[in-house]
Amino acid sequence: MINESIDGFLHPDVSKSVDQIFVSAKQWLLSWLTAAPGWVLQIASSLINICALLFVFLTLFALMSVLERKILGRIQNRYGPNRVGPFGLLQPVADGIKMLIKEDIVPARADKIVHFLAPILIAAAAILALAVIPYGRNMTPFTIDGGILFFFAVGSTTELAVFMAGWGSNNKFSMLGAMRAIAQMISYELPLIITVLPVVMVVGSLTPDRIVAAQGEYTYGVVPRWFVFTPWGAAAFILFFVSGLVESNRTPFDVPEGESEIVAGHMTEYSGFKYATFFMAEYIGMFAITGLAVTLFLGGWHSPAPALEFIPSYVWFFAKLSVLLFVYIWLRGTLPRTRVDQIMNFAWKFILPMSFACVIAAAVWHYAGRGLRGWLWSFFVIAIVYTALSMLLDTQRKFAPRVYRFAE
Amino acid sequence: MSSVAFVIIAILTLAAALAAATLQKLMHAALSFAATLVGVAALFFLLGAEFVGLVLIFVYIGAVAVLIVFTILLTRRDVGKDRGANWSGALLAIGVFGGLMWAILKTQSVAIVAPHIRSISVKRIGEALMTSYVWPLQCVGLLLTAALIGALVLVMEEKR
Repeated sequence: MINESIDGFLHPDVSKSVDQIFVSAKQWLLSWLTAAPGWVLQIASSLINICALLFVFLTLFALMSVLERKILGRIQNRYGPNRVGPFGLLQPVADGIKMLIKEDIVPARADKIVHFLAPILIAAAAILALAVIPYGRNMTPFTIDGGILFFFAVGSTTELAVFMAGWGSNNKFSMLGAMRAIAQMISYELPLIITVLPVVMVVGSLTPDRIVAAQGEYTYGVVPRWFVFTPWGAAAFILFFVSGLVESNRTPFDVPEGESEIVAGHMTEYSGFKYATFFMAEYIGMFAITGLAVTLFLGGWHSPAPALEFIPSYVWFFAKLSVLLFVYIWLRGTLPRTRVDQIMNFAWKFILPMSFACVIAAAVWHYAGRGLRGWLWSFFVIAIVYTALSMLLDTQRKFAPRVYRFAE
Repeated sequence: MSSVAFVIIAILTLAAALAAATLQKLMHAALSFAATLVGVAALFFLLGAEFVGLVLIFVYIGAVAVLIVFTILLTRRDVGKDRGANWSGALLAIGVFGGLMWAILKTQSVAIVAPHIRSISVKRIGEALMTSYVWPLQCVGLLLTAALIGALVLVMEEKR
């Protein structure tokens, strides 16, 4: 709840009504249907949620696609798109129209049905995952007991969709790309879920709303109780972020669609609007995973300071989301692509043991009293495991001329 | 409303199951099988057993279906060949179906009216797993760890 600490910027009532403006708008829309039977109301309520979700995230997708190109341009010392509209902001509209009116090419030997269904399935899975994230106070589109489980269950169907795209295209680049994508998705799904476990353990709930509520208070009235400020939370957040980066096939880990090796991976045989659908699904998946990171570790829609609580909750959520998305773009502009074997080794030899260490550190933190003592002990656990892993995995290799190994 | 939903989901599930059994291309059959599992998960959702439905999707679509699809991809080469009706398979299927039906009809629990539970919370399932069923859980964990290590040993690079 909004407490009395809100100071003179806005009257508490005004701030509260601004905070709940979308919830009230939905209530107002539904008030037209009071005479209708219960199931009509239920369907109407769901439809409103779905439309709002699609509108917000498709807009964000359009914005993100142009901002990404602008920021990448800045990083690479060029302008980026700046011809369509003011500052090139209408570029996504132009891109969308171009994609829509392009010819849709289906290879003659392709499996027509599977080839057609794959982009639909992949987009549906990505959009469904958005439904369980709390975007603001009372603003979870789909409240479900096991929300976190729902997120990962829906996310796991993406693998099948990617496979369908690769197999349905009847193209060796598509199939190889799909195999690579599935291999890295399965490998990184494990650390992704295990890094969520400490949060679920500490909160004692799989419901995103309860996880956000558990991070709502302030230690000493200043430091917010976000899980990222505990040693296990910080480690888990970084691991989750990196795994999320791999799950969404973003640049340091984009071997499934590495242009220099396998054309465009599982999307090679897709053109026009189907390709755009894949592209959209990739970005929506990215929003979903960063949204979950915000929910789990960065306090969801809570403000970072008690004095800033007059700013609506959804503004905070999307501000945190934007920061994480900026880091995604930043990494894309900075890091070169890794090799397949490097990605796999990294997952199984470093990230997985580290995420188990996070679970143990969270347990230590809990049993040492969740205070300063727990903080230090869990930091100790993380530090020990990190040092041990670094020493074990250090290959002692010096820089030397490259030795090529070929398949025999 | 829920009975209408049940009929729709049941028809879709049965259609997908039928497709999985009859489609010519093995890959299509495998994908229809995945669709059947989604239908079953939807039925669990309808019954208020959300956790079971989610785990079904998670494990069967995310892992088992992918495994099946990869197995087909990496082993079969006789795609599209019609090998005629498989009578022994049909006989076996009828036998299994008959046995199961006999067992189901013989049990008393069909006649018991189910207590009306709104939905079973994840917390209650977790508590049950951690208290009354902790030994089976540990055994499953041990088995899965052994399987994981076994898989790693199988694919480990041999040192020359």
